[in-house]
Amino acid sequence: MAAKVLLLVGTKKGAFILESDADRGRWGMRDPVCDAWPINHFTADTESGYLYAGGGSEWYGPAVWRSGDLGKTWQQSSEGLNYGEGGPDVKTVWSLGRSNGHLYAGVEPAGLFVSADRGASWEHVQGLREHPSSSEWMPGGGGLCLHSIVPHPTDARQMWVAISAAGTFHTEDGGASWTTRNRGVRAEFQPEKYPEFGQCVHNLQAAPAQPGRLYQQNHCGVYRSDDAGATWIEITEGLPSDFGFPMIVHPGDADTVFVIPLDDLGRYMPKGQAAVWRTRNAGKTWECMTQGLPQQNAYLGVLRQAATSDTFDPAGIYFGTGTGQLFASRDEGDSWQQIADYLPPILSVEVAVIEG
Amino acid sequence: MVEVYLPDSLARLFPGRPRRATLPAGCVAELMWQLDATWPGMRDRLCLSNGAIRRHINVFVDGDRATHEAELRPGAVVQIIPAISGG
Repeated sequence: MAAKVLLLVGTKKGAFILESDADRGRWGMRDPVCDAWPINHFTADTESGYLYAGGGSEWYGPAVWRSGDLGKTWQQSSEGLNYGEGGPDVKTVWSLGRSNGHLYAGVEPAGLFVSADRGASWEHVQGLREHPSSSEWMPGGGGLCLHSIVPHPTDARQMWVAISAAGTFHTEDGGASWTTRNRGVRAEFQPEKYPEFGQCVHNLQAAPAQPGRLYQQNHCGVYRSDDAGATWIEITEGLPSDFGFPMIVHPGDADTVFVIPLDDLGRYMPKGQAAVWRTRNAGKTWECMTQGLPQQNAYLGVLRQAATSDTFDPAGIYFGTGTGQLFASRDEGDSWQQIADYLPPILSVEVAVIEG
Repeated sequence: MVEVYLPDSLARLFPGRPRRATLPAGCVAELMWQLDATWPGMRDRLCLSNGAIRRHINVFVDGDRATHEAELRPGAVVQIIPAISGG
């Protein structure tokens, strides 16, 4: 049986699943799921076949929704998803990640939780909030959120997380202790421009093809690390803006990265011209990819988790906008097509390839 | 025993989509635990970690808005209603 390709879209009002085949030329959309909850991150574990949607309802609080039948039926749980008596209330689930058979959730106010039973129950990874800097963590415009969970590809004890606006943190002991990983990253809104922590990192990604290489889209620029985050090199030159949210690292080429620069004030693509920018040389130079994207009066914004790639060759690239449009490229950004419109504001986009 | 009415938006999150229940409780806080015992996870949907009712959830006891500390007389009617302030 041919592969089934699912595009998992988290929005301000529920989650949506679009479906195609390996050709990815035509997409069908199902009815929304997760009861119109705001879903910050909708993802899949292709090994188990489970779908996971993390978010938070203004009425009913934070939870992770899970489905074992590719989205036909859903359950939600927040058992253990709290900081205990006296701790702050968890407002929402911002991000989901998988490592070593476990499911991780990043939340607001920033913290990390882990589940060993596919999201039915959760345990706080206390070491992160015990970092000595935690009392000084300040929120970004979107809240104090743990938005990026980046597991090491081969060492289950290692993980990086990114918090806006506390910076990037790393563990080598399964989360018991953490260290900062922000050297070389600007924080223009601080009196000290290169502080140890407090950077407003917007998106942290690892290069699947090269362990030790990381990239980040920050409020103040784009960066690459070749030493697992110990130091960062700025690679913003050539981009129209320091500011942006999403970032995609090519699944098979550690030197190829996609970003979507945004106007710092409007938080939409500059000059009303939609564009995705691509580097093929780890950030030394950037290309502006616009074919098939609207070039007039297109003040489109894309949030941090609303862009992704699939694992086909050439890789498909996808992004969703705050005004409910979905765009896709089947040729690594050379050309684009709009595949959906009129969705609620899009908060996240992920791809799951289900082999037949 | 008190009678509690649940909103549809909460009911459909749980098996059986319960809209109404009769449970033993002497106060609203105890009622939340009884709801949780009957439908695991329901207390988390209604209460913060300190036991207070979530900001955009209203609990009415015999027609009067109540907190988690409110006492419940035998036969009280409790209505749980999402507040319009939640969106």
